[in-house]
Amino acid sequence: MRIYFDHNATTPVHPDVADVMGRVLREHYGNASSVHRLGQEAKAVLDEARTSVATLIGAEPSELVFTSGGTEADNLAIRGVAEALEPTGRRHLIATAIEHEAVLVTLKALARRGWRTTLLPVGLTGIVEPGALEDALTDDTAVVSVMHANNELGTVQPVAELARLAHARGALFHTDAVQSIGKLRVDARELGVDLLALSAHKFNGPKGAGALWIRRGTRLTPILTGGKHERTRRAGTENVPAIAGLGAAARLAMAKGAAEGERVAVLRDRLEEGILARVPGTVVNGAREPRVPNTTNISFERVEAESLLIALDLEGIAVSTGAACSSGTLEPSHVLRAMGLPTHRAQNSIRFSLGAGNTEEEVDYLLEKLPKAVDKLRSLTARRA
Amino acid sequence: MSGGVDSSVAAALLAREGHEVIGLSMQLYDHSASQPRGRARSGTCCTIDDLHDARRVATRLGIPHYIMNFERQFDEQVVSNFVQEYAAGRTPIPCVHCNGDLKFATLASRAGALGAPFVATGHYARVEKDAAGLYLLKRGVDPSKDQSYFLFTLTQEQLSHAIFPVGALEKSTVRELARELGLTVSDKPDSHEICFVADGDHASFLEGHGVRAAPGAIHDISGKVLGTHEGVHHFTVGQRKGLGLSSPIRLYVVGIDADRGAVTVGPREALERTDLTASRVNWIAGTPPSPGARATAQIRHRHREAAVSILPLEDGRVAARFDEPQLAVAPGQAVVFYEEEVVLGGGWID
Repeated sequence: MRIYFDHNATTPVHPDVADVMGRVLREHYGNASSVHRLGQEAKAVLDEARTSVATLIGAEPSELVFTSGGTEADNLAIRGVAEALEPTGRRHLIATAIEHEAVLVTLKALARRGWRTTLLPVGLTGIVEPGALEDALTDDTAVVSVMHANNELGTVQPVAELARLAHARGALFHTDAVQSIGKLRVDARELGVDLLALSAHKFNGPKGAGALWIRRGTRLTPILTGGKHERTRRAGTENVPAIAGLGAAARLAMAKGAAEGERVAVLRDRLEEGILARVPGTVVNGAREPRVPNTTNISFERVEAESLLIALDLEGIAVSTGAACSSGTLEPSHVLRAMGLPTHRAQNSIRFSLGAGNTEEEVDYLLEKLPKAVDKLRSLTARRA
Repeated sequence: MSGGVDSSVAAALLAREGHEVIGLSMQLYDHSASQPRGRARSGTCCTIDDLHDARRVATRLGIPHYIMNFERQFDEQVVSNFVQEYAAGRTPIPCVHCNGDLKFATLASRAGALGAPFVATGHYARVEKDAAGLYLLKRGVDPSKDQSYFLFTLTQEQLSHAIFPVGALEKSTVRELARELGLTVSDKPDSHEICFVADGDHASFLEGHGVRAAPGAIHDISGKVLGTHEGVHHFTVGQRKGLGLSSPIRLYVVGIDADRGAVTVGPREALERTDLTASRVNWIAGTPPSPGARATAQIRHRHREAAVSILPLEDGRVAARFDEPQLAVAPGQAVVFYEEEVVLGGGWID
């Protein structure tokens, strides 16, 4: 039995996506910048993918810059805008305390180079309060970066409202939508943001492909310099097969529409309710609404999440705790800590994130195995105490 | 699995024998913090590269592998003791605590909860069950690699769950096996230094952990002041290097008084002791030997065992009288008693 409940980490590549990529790898090996027909074919592949991604998020194809993934897209958004606005004297950056490291560490790096940074707090809901942003905004705020959905909790941030507040003070707004694309309907213009990052492998596309949507007219300095690729906003020969995969994944996400989200939500709720009902001493971390439909994050009192994760893995069930450090061990989740949860609670928490392939049988299998695993681990703690 | 040769081969041997093996590695400290200058540290264990090595070996063996974060436990049970002991002028052995209080305690119980009844390590030691059903801890077969000294705190309960697959092998055989099995770690150097102290710089490590550098006097055994020092944590009993004294004869640290901040030095003869007492003694069989029992004893890892008479005392203490004077009986080190190859037990030198 192999059950995958870790779709917020990455998703399996859809067979159709793999087919498209295989075909591009074999047949369209041209350099999209080349003049000859092989180059033109590769360019056409990029164009098709660009149109697909643009359609998915309600954008113009020309507003999209392909990147190597979500991390690069976040870097390009924040560094690109920070640098472009530097001459204007806007030297202040804002993000939430529960952002992905791609944002948090980028802010830290810029802080070392003289930018002021503010991290917005979140409470036990795992949702940032608009008032907190209002208080933090200044006349020299360059960019506000708030994730659309949190990777650990699934909580959805009030991005549209926050973007309005930022704009009212003349700041730009970036959203890391890596965890919401493919799970929610995301319309960049409706959200009212200026920049939006997405990543293919979070919605059944390949690793190594992502995009930054840059609202037309937004000033941005490239962080990768070189050739005139991507309208000179991101130099480097395009990863055509992976981008083709991103495009295919975007088309699949559109075709599935809201129905898939509803299906997954039913499974997630079954899993969540099942755990809360069968395992005493459990609690859901963060607000249960608004949340992406696939994620739940649950604390198990008196259980080391690390041990539970391993026990489940040995039963063939892949889950995750919030954060994994470079060696693959656990650090107390910065998200749960930012919410004000004590360390032990942060180390008691498991994230279940569902996706396309999951079935009711799989959820029920988990609900059968999990209570036993928890009992075993708890009896161990009791013995030692 | 530390990522080294011994635990890699231990896992490989068990997997080859058809056991269901789960690889576990312990992350013990923040690697970035312990390598402030980004220096590569060879001959240690548990660095990030070692953990990756362990994972590669597990992949090669086709066994699952997990890295468990024991930073907090390691800090509480091993590092803090190491720091306190040094600050008190004693010479600690963190490896013993790591084995007895982490590997064969917390790690073993975690393994038990995963359904694994045994914990195997790459220690050069042997566990055997005697006719009476008692677990015996014995020296490893390779005398130059024997690590039974570091395992003297193990109880019958702990030994009943312990397997030491390389204990019956010579190190050279272990390296050969690693090569045969295609393990990339076959040529890794042995670890010697204390793993969590970068570059073997104990003093900096201790100061980084709150030990105050309190200067004091170095004097000889008659009380005459010969010089000054930067703090007692720079010294261990038996130390000869780094005293910063000029003297016609070789001088050794013969005593450390942490309360007074004093370090006493003297000639080699002043290091000789025939008697010692030790506390918190663990007798492997569960009961102490009879008073006056003859045995051999080791007072540090690299010490050549010497003949001794054992006198068990009250309160888990023991007195030992060596037939011949021994050099550098260092408080904080362990005295471990052997009968032939069998570990009788041991305790912490007072």
